[in-house]
Amino acid sequence: MGFKSYCFKKSLWVFHFGGASCNNCDIEILDCLTPRHDLERFGILLVGSIRHADVLLVNGIINHHDKERLTEIYNQAPKPLLVVAIGACGCTGGIFADSITFAGPVDKVIPVDAYVPGCPPKPEAIIAGIVKLVNK
Amino acid sequence: MAADLFYFLVFPGLLFAGITGGFLSWFDRKVTARVQFRKGPPLLQPFYDFFKLLLVKETILPKHGSPITFLIAPVFSVFGATTAGVFILLPLFNITTGFRGDLLVIFYLLTIPSFSYIIGSLASGNPLAAVGGSREMKLILSYELTFLLVIAGVIMKCGQQFNLYSIIQTQQAASPFIGSVSGVLLFIVAIFCIQAKLALVPFDMPEAEAEITEGIFIEYSGASYAFIKLTKYIMLFILPSLLAGLLLGGFRLDGIHILWSILKILGIVLLITLIRNTNPRIRIRQAVSFFLIWMNLIAVIAIVLIAFGY
Repeated sequence: MGFKSYCFKKSLWVFHFGGASCNNCDIEILDCLTPRHDLERFGILLVGSIRHADVLLVNGIINHHDKERLTEIYNQAPKPLLVVAIGACGCTGGIFADSITFAGPVDKVIPVDAYVPGCPPKPEAIIAGIVKLVNK
Repeated sequence: MAADLFYFLVFPGLLFAGITGGFLSWFDRKVTARVQFRKGPPLLQPFYDFFKLLLVKETILPKHGSPITFLIAPVFSVFGATTAGVFILLPLFNITTGFRGDLLVIFYLLTIPSFSYIIGSLASGNPLAAVGGSREMKLILSYELTFLLVIAGVIMKCGQQFNLYSIIQTQQAASPFIGSVSGVLLFIVAIFCIQAKLALVPFDMPEAEAEITEGIFIEYSGASYAFIKLTKYIMLFILPSLLAGLLLGGFRLDGIHILWSILKILGIVLLITLIRNTNPRIRIRQAVSFFLIWMNLIAVIAIVLIAFGY
C-alpha cells in the first residue's frame, strides 16, 4: 500500500445524501458520529460540501426527482470517490420497491462500492461496512 | 540571500510553522474530543488530511467565475501567512532583531490570508460562497480596528517602541505586560480578535458548516484546499506566538524556560479551543456590534489606564 492510499484511508471525509427516506438511517448515521461510537478517532469527518467529500453515503429510495440530483452530486464530487448505500432502501428499495415513484435502487443511478443492509442498520454494522470498504 | 531563503522556507518559515501548526491543530481537535467525552483523532491526523488533499484528490475548477483567480488565492494566502510568520518568529526566537516598525508590517501582512479567502470565494461563481465572502468582509471591518488598538496599547506601554524585539526585551527585563490591569484587559480583547481572525466559533459565520454548507470554501477541492488548510495551520501557530510576544514576555530558549515557552503557546491554544467548544455561532450583526462597541470600549479603557500608569 503506497503513501497516497495510506493517507486516503486514514482521512475519509463523509458527505451524506438522503433520498426520500424515512430518516431512521439518517439517525443511525448520525449516531456513528456521537461520542458512543466515535468515528473521528479514525479520521472520519462529516463535511458540508460535496467538493470536500471522499465517501458519499446514500440512504433512502431514489425517486424521479432525486435521480437527477444524485447524478449531479456524483459528478460534482472530486474523484476518487467511494459510494456506500446504506439501509434496505438504499440497497434494493426495501418496502418501497413497488411504488410508482421508485426510480431504481442506488446502483442503477451511480456505481456503488459497498452495501450496508438493515432497516435501519445498527451503527456497528455501518462501521463494519466502512472498515470493509477501506480494507478492500 | 541563502540565509533569507532558509529562514523563509525551512526555519522558522514554511516547513517549521506548517509542522508546528499541524501539531497545534491536532491538540485543538483532541481537546475538543475530550471535552465532548470521546477519544479524538490520532497524532498525525492533520498531516494525513493535508497529504490526502494534496496528492490524492483532484482539483475541480468552477464553471462560472474565474479559474485563475480561484487557483491563485490559496497560494497568496500561504505565502502571506508564511511571510508574517517569519517576521513574527525571527525576533521571538532571538535569531535577528527585526527592524524599526516591523510590528506594523506584521499587522499588515496578517490581513493577506483573510483577503485572499474573500478573493477566492468571490471567484468561485457560487452564491453561497458570495454570502460567505461578504460575511468575512464585514468581520474584517469590525475586528481590525480592535486589533490595532491592542497593538497601540502595547506600544504605549513600552515607551513608543515599534519593533517586536524591543517589546520582548522590555518585558523580559521587567515583568510581562499581562501582570498589570491594562495588560489583562488587552489580553482579553486580543483573544477575541484572534478567535475572529482564525474564523473559529463563535465567529465562524463565513464558513458556517450546516448553514451555508461551508461558505467561502465550498468550491475548493484537492490541492487548492490543501493550501488553505496549510494556511490555517500556520495561522494557528503564529497568532498565539504574536500574542505571547506582545503580552506574555516572549520565548526564552535556555534551560527550564523552554518549558514555559511551550506552555505559553499551548495555554493560548487551549483557551481558544475552550471558547470554541462552549459557544454557539453568532450572527454577523451581533459580531460587528460586539467588536465595534464592546471590545473597542474595553481597549480604549485599557489605553486610558496605560496613560495613567497602570
